[in-house]
Amino acid sequence: MRRENRNRARNPFEVKDCVLIAIGTGINAQNLRELRDRLTTVHAGCIYYHFWGGLLIPRFEEPEYNNDFAAWARHGLHDYILAERLAVIDPRDFPDLEELRKHLIEVIEERLYETDMVPWAKRDQQFHFKRSQTVVFDTNKRMADPSKLPEVLPTLSVGSIFYHFIDARRRSSQGLDDFSSWLGGYGTKYTRLVQEIADIDPYFTTLHEIRERMCQLTRHYCTSEEK
Amino acid sequence: MAVELKAYAEVAGQDVIEHLQQLAGLLKGMRVVHVNSTREGGGVAEILEKLVPFMQQLGIEATWEVITGGEDFFVCTKSFHNGLQGKPVNIPESLLHVYEQTNAENAQRLRAALENADVVFIHDPQPAPLLSLCPHRKGKWIWRCHIDISHPHRPVWKYLRDYIVGYDASIFSLVDFAQPLTHTMFIVPPSIDPLSEKNVSLDSDEIASVFEATGIRRNSPVILQVSRFDYFKDPLGVIQAYKVAKRVTGGLQLVLAGGGATDDPEGQQVLEEVRLAAVDDSDVHVLALPPDADRTINAFQHGADIVLQKSLREGFGLTVTEAMWKGKPVIGGDVGGIRLQVVNHHTGFLVSTPEGAALRIRYLLSHRRALERMGRTAREFVRENFLITRQLRDYLAVMVSLVYGVEERIELDYSRAIRR
Repeated sequence: MRRENRNRARNPFEVKDCVLIAIGTGINAQNLRELRDRLTTVHAGCIYYHFWGGLLIPRFEEPEYNNDFAAWARHGLHDYILAERLAVIDPRDFPDLEELRKHLIEVIEERLYETDMVPWAKRDQQFHFKRSQTVVFDTNKRMADPSKLPEVLPTLSVGSIFYHFIDARRRSSQGLDDFSSWLGGYGTKYTRLVQEIADIDPYFTTLHEIRERMCQLTRHYCTSEEK
Repeated sequence: MAVELKAYAEVAGQDVIEHLQQLAGLLKGMRVVHVNSTREGGGVAEILEKLVPFMQQLGIEATWEVITGGEDFFVCTKSFHNGLQGKPVNIPESLLHVYEQTNAENAQRLRAALENADVVFIHDPQPAPLLSLCPHRKGKWIWRCHIDISHPHRPVWKYLRDYIVGYDASIFSLVDFAQPLTHTMFIVPPSIDPLSEKNVSLDSDEIASVFEATGIRRNSPVILQVSRFDYFKDPLGVIQAYKVAKRVTGGLQLVLAGGGATDDPEGQQVLEEVRLAAVDDSDVHVLALPPDADRTINAFQHGADIVLQKSLREGFGLTVTEAMWKGKPVIGGDVGGIRLQVVNHHTGFLVSTPEGAALRIRYLLSHRRALERMGRTAREFVRENFLITRQLRDYLAVMVSLVYGVEERIELDYSRAIRR
């Protein structure tokens, strides 16, 4: 891990941007049992999309539900109890998407066991499984060293934040965001900052809030370093 | 003359234009052919009129071909259109034969261009058989479906599906509109052109003169619905909502503006019913506008306080997008693509009844700050999601994905670019 990070630190930080292109799978569910059954077989990319993809859709103030399964339980099935149980699932608690899938199915099966009737949705309120393709762009912005972070971070699009802070966790063997990986390459110099970045909750928040928090942390860190 | 893509940087953002250039860098020199069944009229022609020149400006050799056919061909495809959207239709064998024969004749004319193309977009069912009539095709073929086929009249879909399954991919406007297919189904929502007559910014004098010419007062609140006179758009429900809201909002005016309905017997009937429902109220303005009234509609949308789209059934609902782009909160029916655009309490309200619409009209007119905040949010929402530059970006991404065989991630690596 250290060698990987050290190599990275020798290079400037290349700022990327990204968008998600949605893909329909043609797989739908109209009741909770169908949702459970489909979940056992759908592409793992669907689980990722329905948990994380929403972050790239502009949100307003606080999102009501952080994943599409919880939102459907509430608005499609009108099962408030299930919606609350699904909403609290934090995908970061699971080592990979398969473990997350297992837990999701477990929560749904528990609810099916509790209820006398299988909750169902109207025909035009079905759950449509989607996955996505990520398109990655180069912004041509480069940061020579971490002292540039306070200056560059406020200019980043939410797509850039998604790419470097969320998407990065799938690309990194340690599940790290790109900023932490890059800072880690400077040895112990930025250990405290890396720790503070690690404390940012990437899931129960918005990309705007992540950017704002990152700006605060790096500004504060660089100012205190100068003193 | 085509508008320069660069002109969109001002409204969509420079980064959006750069994204387009980066994606197009992988498609430079490629031959892309769009095929539909009309050069003028309708949403598909309207979008191709813009997208094809944009692709050319980005270095792609894009062309637009139109299939031709006789009256029976279009009678048949109109029946497909209705059948795919769920209306039971009975299409005689003789018309199906005309459909197949017409496509075969068009294939004779277009075969060379289509078989040599790197990417072919076939729009809607009219030209769908062309794929099977071009056996030596070398490029990727995409079926772009612009309508909701989620609940088709089964015999129609069963017949057309055989022509569709061979495509490399299809594109639907909403995931809810699709049929299960074995190839990749991309979801690309429609968009509006912010620089068109329908959506360009207007100065206050022009808006005032349109209102004055129609007898609408500027010093009293105005609510507006722009739509065809069609039961599914629920204009009578809008009048009912207006009447309830007017009890507490003196001077409230309602404008119902839509296209002329002379060629549509049912539309004419709805228009008459709407006029009858409004006959005793001079503050209800029922306007049957000509098809070229884009700028007038634009002025109404700019000048209204609130826009309604209280549909009982809806496709995507681009009139919602247009109103939001003008900074108006929208009170919309909780159906179809309206759900994707009207984010409850943020860009407007979703309602299921005239009473619900009346409640929200009253709320917004008595909470002006909320009205203005929602309007600002709505405009930003459209800027980020529903401008033509986003639709162009999605089309380019779909092409890159198919040409380069991408599964999950498109990294813009030009060393892999296929050179033409």
